[in-house]
Amino acid sequence: MNFDFSDALKQLRDEARRYLAEHAGAKSARRIIEGGAAYDEALWSGIAAMGWLGANIPEEYGGAGLGPEGLCILAEEVGRALAPIPFSLSAGMATDALLIAGTAQQKAAILPRLAEGTAIGTLAWAEGPGNPRPGAISARFANGRLSGSKVPVPAGHFADFAIVAARADSGFVLVLADLADVRCTRLETLDPSMGQARLDFDNVPAEALEGDGWLTLRMLLDRAAILAAFEQIGGADACLQAAVAYAKERHAFGRPIGSFQAIKHKLADIYIANELARSNAYYGAWALATEAAELPLAAASARVSATEAFHLASKENIQTHGGMGFTWDADCHLFYRRAKHLALTHGSAPHWKDRLVGLLESRNAA
Amino acid sequence: MDFNDTAEEAAFRDEVRGFLAANAARKDLGRPTSRARSIVAAELARAKAWQAKKAAADLAALTWPTRWGGRGASPIFSVIYQQEEEAYAVPRGVFEIGLGMCIPTMMAYATPEQLERHVPPALRGEEIWCQLFSEPSGGSDVAGLRTRCERAGDDWIINGQKIWTSGAQFADFGIIVTRSDPTVPKHEGLTFFFLDMRSPGIEVRPIRQASGASHFNEVFFTDVRVPDSQRLGAVGAGWKVSVTTLMNERLAVGDTPRPDVDDLLELCRHLELDGAPALGNAAVRERIAEWHTRSQGLKLTRFRTMTALSRGQTPGPESSIAKVVNASKLQDIASYGMDLLGAAGMLSDPALAPLHALFQEALLFSPGLRIAGGTDEILRNIIAERVLGLPPDIRVDKDKPFNAVRHG
Ligand SMILES: Cc1cc2nc3c(=O)[nH]c(=O)nc-3n(C[C@H](O)[C@H](O)[C@H](O)COP(=O)(O)OP(=O)(O)OC[C@H]3O[C@@H](n4cnc5c(N)ncnc54)[C@H](O)[C@@H]3O)c2cc1C
Repeated sequence: MNFDFSDALKQLRDEARRYLAEHAGAKSARRIIEGGAAYDEALWSGIAAMGWLGANIPEEYGGAGLGPEGLCILAEEVGRALAPIPFSLSAGMATDALLIAGTAQQKAAILPRLAEGTAIGTLAWAEGPGNPRPGAISARFANGRLSGSKVPVPAGHFADFAIVAARADSGFVLVLADLADVRCTRLETLDPSMGQARLDFDNVPAEALEGDGWLTLRMLLDRAAILAAFEQIGGADACLQAAVAYAKERHAFGRPIGSFQAIKHKLADIYIANELARSNAYYGAWALATEAAELPLAAASARVSATEAFHLASKENIQTHGGMGFTWDADCHLFYRRAKHLALTHGSAPHWKDRLVGLLESRNAA
Repeated sequence: MDFNDTAEEAAFRDEVRGFLAANAARKDLGRPTSRARSIVAAELARAKAWQAKKAAADLAALTWPTRWGGRGASPIFSVIYQQEEEAYAVPRGVFEIGLGMCIPTMMAYATPEQLERHVPPALRGEEIWCQLFSEPSGGSDVAGLRTRCERAGDDWIINGQKIWTSGAQFADFGIIVTRSDPTVPKHEGLTFFFLDMRSPGIEVRPIRQASGASHFNEVFFTDVRVPDSQRLGAVGAGWKVSVTTLMNERLAVGDTPRPDVDDLLELCRHLELDGAPALGNAAVRERIAEWHTRSQGLKLTRFRTMTALSRGQTPGPESSIAKVVNASKLQDIASYGMDLLGAAGMLSDPALAPLHALFQEALLFSPGLRIAGGTDEILRNIIAERVLGLPPDIRVDKDKPFNAVRHG
């Protein structure tokens, strides 16, 4: 039994935690939220230089070849540090799209740029309200041209290219589109440190990826759910630490508030939810690393568990801080915003719960 | 990451599988074993016979020293044994308190002669032990107990009452903590003994539980004589000995109490809600998904614990969450399964209720799980204080003489 990360990866985790505490953290997220920049470019170049953007890119394409487990480790630290960068999106999802369904030429052209951070990729499937579903896609791809609108698209206003879900005569496809000449509108959102845009494709050139578009998108969403789960457990752990520290130090009625059982039990419940979410996320990392048949179920469990944990931790962290927790200046709301943001990307909890039970049904029928 | 055994672990697992296949029958998963009944003589005999077989195969106490019939093995081997045994319909629950808590306490405090006399028969299942801690005046606050012991020459005389004592009705020996000095603060005036449950003056009265079964008892002590040689630890040091016992609470591993998610899926498969399959219902699906992530999260958390054990590390605090999560999940799943049946959910006749009334039985016994071995609230205090390092409760009784504090 070896259900833990290797020592080398734990070392990477410590290194990432130190680096991000110094260069990211709430102050960096706050700078983006208050200052209006799209993302933290200095941080982006910094982690590119550390080689982390190419964590899951094979060495032949200029990556670090750490594999998906390395990516998971880093995602947890990115979530803990509230880093205002599209890490899991570009180094995870867009990279995965090319690795799974890119042509040899697409891989050779783009993967090295993703690894060095000079290109940022995004994935555009949503067209307004609703969870991922083939019937909800109306963007069109024909004769090498893409038309249609996507909203919200993560990092759409600063990404260099997008993998776009569209319909073609042959059925559902994923296409690769350069965003240089695509009309984009930055959107006002809950967590501006994870900016979103609307993209309007008006007969722009695009290239199809290989394979069945819907199957690929499903795979990408499953894999993204696991990475998101790591970001979520990182954020949830940061909330628990913050709440525990405050509960030890803040006094009321002549004693630390952490000696009141209403506070203690609340924090114990967060601890429990976080531990369960962590174990489910680790299983997801294992499934990614081994390409296990259990991956979809592991992804759904990780997603549901981590979403629940971060939601609980972020809202009760505010509660533990009292009035101070409800101020703009305290960091609590940054985590609260990020928690809800992460709960909504890649399909929300009801979608994943439904999918999870569907997977249990087919497993038990087998 | 992988879920593979080391070579040594794999060899041991093979040994256990061989032993179980040769000596026990597999569980019939469609026919859960009932937990509601009281343990009758025939079952007790079966449990003793099974324990003897395990002991003969050196599988009964793997972590104990070889001197006492163990293998001096790391706790990972006990976990592996339990994982394998879980698939078999073998009697459980009779020896756990004795071998898990009482004998380890004896090993820490009894004389070599006493161990020679008591350990082997306990291991072979010939003698059963019980734990006489809780009293009407204190379960969570066990140090608030009032049963008195008074010195009389080479003996002690015990008077008072214990309660909730599991297995006292068939136990041969017990460990007991009593008050030797009520004029000092509560933790300082306790003294610990082991005793023969057939000593004159002991009366065991079964208590009927909320579930209707009788697994625990009241035990009354009237001028019960215990020789001073059966004292464990110093006079007044009984709390320290009690802590040894409580620290030995078995590493909770292996069993997910049933009904769990698979049982709920099984129930739903044959069920309609408002004319449509129950599993098509979005609310039902949400609940099942949430419970699945908890069960799966616990199972995987155990794997993290096993990883630590397997590397010779002490398991992290994660092992403390299992009972809190399991007990409430069980209660909720039981209740929800019955809701899905509508009015018929109230039928508890195993011949009529789905899965042999598994849900109905669990509804009735699950409240006990939230209390036994540390209540939900006490366990949350423990997580908050020992894991998260939050300040302790304010204790108004801590420094006062025991007889100056209000009880009960
Ligand atoms: C099935 C079963 C088997 C048992 N077997 C044994 C046995 O073999 N030997 C034995 O000695 N005992 C046994 N017990 C007793 C068990 O350990 C106690 O019932 C348990 O510790 C609770 O104590 P109590 O019943 O006195 O409840 P109390 O301690 O009176 O608790 C009542 C309520 O108050 C809460 N409470 C108490 N103190 C605190 C606190 N500090 N903070 C927050 N809340 C608090 C509790 O959580 C609970 O909700 C068994 C119990 C059960 C249900």
